[in-house]
Amino acid sequence: MITRPLTKNIDMQRAPFDCAQYQESGGYAGVTRMYRNMAPADVLELVKSSGLKGRGGAGFPTGLKWSFVPMGDDAPKTKYLVVNADEMEPGTFKDRLLLEGDPHLLLEGMMIAAYTIQANTAYIFLRGEYLKAETLLRQAIHEAHQQGLLGRDILNSGFNLEIILHTSAGRYICGEETALLNALEGKRANPRAKPPFPQVSGLWGKPTIVNNVETLCNLPGIVNYGVDWYKGLGLGNDAGTKLFGVSGRVNNPGCWELPLGTPIRELLEGHAGGMSEGYTLRGFLPGGGSTDFLLPTHLDLTLDYDVIGKAGSRLATGTMIVLDDRTCPVGMVGNLMRFFSHESCGWCTPCRDGLPWLDAILARMEEGGGRIEDMDILHEHLDYLGPGRTFCALAPGAMAPLGSALRYFREDFESHISAGACPWHK
Amino acid sequence: MQMTTDALIATTGAARTMARPLSAEEKQEIDHELTLYPDKRAVGLEALKIVQKHQGWVSDESMLAVANYLEMSVHELDGVATFFNLIFRRPTGRNVMLFCNSVSCWIMGCDSIRLHLNNTLGIDYGETTADGEFTLIPVPCLGDCDKAPVMLMAGEQQRHLTPEKIDRLVAQHRLTGATQK
Repeated sequence: MITRPLTKNIDMQRAPFDCAQYQESGGYAGVTRMYRNMAPADVLELVKSSGLKGRGGAGFPTGLKWSFVPMGDDAPKTKYLVVNADEMEPGTFKDRLLLEGDPHLLLEGMMIAAYTIQANTAYIFLRGEYLKAETLLRQAIHEAHQQGLLGRDILNSGFNLEIILHTSAGRYICGEETALLNALEGKRANPRAKPPFPQVSGLWGKPTIVNNVETLCNLPGIVNYGVDWYKGLGLGNDAGTKLFGVSGRVNNPGCWELPLGTPIRELLEGHAGGMSEGYTLRGFLPGGGSTDFLLPTHLDLTLDYDVIGKAGSRLATGTMIVLDDRTCPVGMVGNLMRFFSHESCGWCTPCRDGLPWLDAILARMEEGGGRIEDMDILHEHLDYLGPGRTFCALAPGAMAPLGSALRYFREDFESHISAGACPWHK
Repeated sequence: MQMTTDALIATTGAARTMARPLSAEEKQEIDHELTLYPDKRAVGLEALKIVQKHQGWVSDESMLAVANYLEMSVHELDGVATFFNLIFRRPTGRNVMLFCNSVSCWIMGCDSIRLHLNNTLGIDYGETTADGEFTLIPVPCLGDCDKAPVMLMAGEQQRHLTPEKIDRLVAQHRLTGATQK
């Protein structure tokens, strides 16, 4: 059986499969069977029972998300599927691999999701900097059309679907699903108040599902090989495989598809080849810039949503950023605060004003001007910008690396202040 | 200034006289985008990107032209333009270096590459070389973290940046520019 359903067709040394090659390797068999044998409700049940969780960062069960879409004769006729391909989480480079490596896999996943919620229009919201992915997706959509896989009455199913590629122009907040919908409507990408949730009132007020690229790429496998196979892929409590990445001072930085439940040590020391010579591991952000630091003592934990959650962090995007002993933790957190400060949409006060304040404090600390009272101000912000205090999850996400750094690397902050200099920049 | 522009827009005649006429290609491309969305305003960002592709940046005159064409307020459109990192409201150099300064690139030494650009080209973030060849703009994580440090330039992802690689790229793109002109 297939063990790497997301990357089995991917070889970055050659061009990705075109439609014909994709079909020869078993692609689009799942949707063909789906159109023939399955009602939308059957697909929903299948995805629910597969245990698939969203791969964009939040890890919300995909089937459950879909189940909130009103269905049946009384439901609005117009519904939308939107792909979140606005990959911009610091340290995250997994969707790029799928978009550039196997664009037809994404299209097939989109067809399954759109059919399930009966959406006849699907938008791909692609970040503007992913130029190669843009070209490849345009070509793939064109090919799928020519093969009768998109358009009207697809494979005599009576179902119509158009896929439209939208390219953005660089703004992290567009990854927040309601901000993304505003951007797609041509507005400033401020997040919306929830409720109503997009499943009920999303794009142009219509029921809308927003799914991450990797989430959708899981669907063809589930439809093709079933729930038992999918659950069997995971080594622990979570079903399926996931893309995991490692960046920083390691011997072999990269991105790999591994079973959920793989030990962190196997990812870091096996696939990523361990720390580069002369560098020692001090900690790591397990799933991009909005996650809490974990320590070398956590290396034997497994890459499961719950396991990482219990350890005080989040699996999130699954792309690990490694902090080594020759990199200043205050500088690293300062870099992240600058990013979040720049990317705050400015809509709510704690985020708009708090993040630049933190950025300024950490920059001053790095330059040797840290004051002892700064520590209290940093700590206070963990609350002011924490969950429930802000309009969306951007600022609470930013507090994850800051809060955990204050917890685990407190002496490094204090030594900046007492020495009046960054110890790494002597 | 804000009031003056508002007053200007209120009198649509004045707004139209200030607008730069959109080219046939620009209109054609915007018209295509209009077929993909149920609402004209949704095309705003794509239209600005089209204008920028042809003009290099989005001037006030272009902004007015697009707003008129999409029948929307120019302030609303400018609000969108200024929200996004990649819409340029000032002229740029011929080559724009979209330089990743997010966390993985920072760990892998992007600051030293920035310093090298400062020293060799004399430009820092947001600046353009005197000869109009290069503009340096920091961008959030480019999603290429295993090949850090990286930047996006002339439509190509430039990976594993070193001072030597920067020198080669600069020479190469200067040369290309010279032969084109």
